Amino acid sequence: MKQTTEIRGRGPWQLAYERLRRDRAAIGSAITILIAVLVALSAPLLAQITGHPPTMQFGHTGLGPTGIPVGPGAEFWLGTDGLGRDVLVRIAYGTRVSLLVGVVASGLAVLIGAVVGIAAGWFGGIVDTILSRLMDVVLSLPFLVLALALAALVGPGLGISIFLIAFFSWATVGRVVRAEAKSIREREYVQAARALGAGNAHIMFVEMLPMVGATVIVYATLLIPASIGFEATLSFLGLGVPPPTPSWGNMLADAMAYYKVAWWLLLFPGAALLGVTYAFNVLGDSVRDALDPKHDQTIKPGGQS
Amino acid sequence: MIAYLLRRAAWGALVVWLVATLVFVVYFAVPRDVARLIAGRQASEETLAVVRARLGLDQPLIVQYGRYLGRLTKGDLGESFITQEPVTTIIARDIPVTASLAIGGAALWLLLGISAGVVAAARPRSRIDRAITAVALFFYSMPSFLVGQLLLFFLFFQFYLAGIELFPPGSYVPLSEDPLQWMRFLILPWLTIALVTGAIYARLTRGAMLEALGEDYIRTARAKGLSERRVILRHALRSSLSPVVTQFGIDIGSLLGGAIVTEVVFGLPGLGREVVQAILKQDLPVIIGVTILSSALVVGANLLVDLLHAALDPRVRV
Repeated sequence: MKQTTEIRGRGPWQLAYERLRRDRAAIGSAITILIAVLVALSAPLLAQITGHPPTMQFGHTGLGPTGIPVGPGAEFWLGTDGLGRDVLVRIAYGTRVSLLVGVVASGLAVLIGAVVGIAAGWFGGIVDTILSRLMDVVLSLPFLVLALALAALVGPGLGISIFLIAFFSWATVGRVVRAEAKSIREREYVQAARALGAGNAHIMFVEMLPMVGATVIVYATLLIPASIGFEATLSFLGLGVPPPTPSWGNMLADAMAYYKVAWWLLLFPGAALLGVTYAFNVLGDSVRDALDPKHDQTIKPGGQS
Repeated sequence: MIAYLLRRAAWGALVVWLVATLVFVVYFAVPRDVARLIAGRQASEETLAVVRARLGLDQPLIVQYGRYLGRLTKGDLGESFITQEPVTTIIARDIPVTASLAIGGAALWLLLGISAGVVAAARPRSRIDRAITAVALFFYSMPSFLVGQLLLFFLFFQFYLAGIELFPPGSYVPLSEDPLQWMRFLILPWLTIALVTGAIYARLTRGAMLEALGEDYIRTARAKGLSERRVILRHALRSSLSPVVTQFGIDIGSLLGGAIVTEVVFGLPGLGREVVQAILKQDLPVIIGVTILSSALVVGANLLVDLLHAALDPRVRV
């Protein structure tokens, strides 16, 4: 008798990966994100091809006779802005800012959140109380007002934007990880490690961290679009990435003055911002469903359909 | 129950105190010349000394901090560095605008979000469910300033081009003066807040409804012959509202933050726009006043949520 299908053991990560591969929405958003990464990487190339550096102002070709921006055409593919700069090249450079801030800020937030959450869950007692209260305080801060005030105080810039976004985001992750760590702590394998004489650091980072990996990955994916939106908002209000460095947020701020005569200033950067954040959110949802099939609540005993 | 609420209230007071201290440290304890900030760059040393004496900046930090807290407890937020107006007057002047924006926006987002979530959950995996889920994620993905800009572009400007001036930005008419005009100028700002925040509620309500519909008591309700409509609206929705209430507490508290962006996009003369201008001009008392007010709002909203939970879910009251 010949066996037609090979039977092999598959770990949870492998199962999740295979579920993701069959998810058309996940594939579509992964491709969108990949395109965004390519655009970000090739921004200087694009500037070279078009001959339009991102901050160069083209007073003669880039502005109409009355000084208004030029629409999309052969010279400027996506038009120019109020200063006669190439919108396409600026969007490409803005992609760099958005992806950088999104990935670095959420990476930092997830890292801090995971460490604090695991520490609170593992040590318990007074450490847990202090860390939990700290997270409560951070979560009840009026974050946008404070972020704007702090950015203005320090002076707006890329670094301070990343710091502020991470600072106001880590507590959400910390809270969820803490709850998980509290239950993982009681598992036999952690008790066994303890009995074998493992130290606190070993238990927290070698034994417990991989167990909260799924949560951490889901949060990281969902925090990226939130961070991108946060940065865009800071830049829109003039307290994020300072001009003339292009970012989607400050481009959209410029669009406020011109949207009546130059729709491309609003719609193209807007579409770039929306496309990337939407793709990350769809991917985040898919990753969550893939890692935790139970979360798909449509198939529940006793439920309709 | 009362002990629980008292504990929550004490915790809330502690958070407001922490925020007040944080802004004090950030603004006054770091070495920077506040007096020069007020008096301007060309001010002479004598002028600076007068300003310092008037604001008590020549006192040791701890004395300044004590005075600052003392004034706060009396509800005195100081005067604007720029217009010399008391901050409480500025807040009182701006708050009707922000409150109009916030209350209308919140009502609209609850209506849109919860009903979309219920409709989606009633037929999971159907076309309408997929459509609602996709639209919700669409608005959820957009920062609110972009939603505002797009609404301006499509619902104001496109009509304006056609010669119809439906919802012009940049104006505000008090409710007491002309309710119709008040609504007209606020519809797009309301929609901005409602679409962005409502999307979260649609997702949340859908998830909670699906979970509730799988419970035994729903089977019981169906088995005793209740109509599907009654099962969904009376039995499933009630228990699904608990996470929605929690979220509402978070959102109503941070509404001031959402109002900032919306007021800037639509040129509404509210607290949000005031604080952005104060930040750009480094008008510290206004920034500090609005920051403390908004943290008090967050804390107050959280307290209200605890009360609402107790009312909605009898298990909390134990």
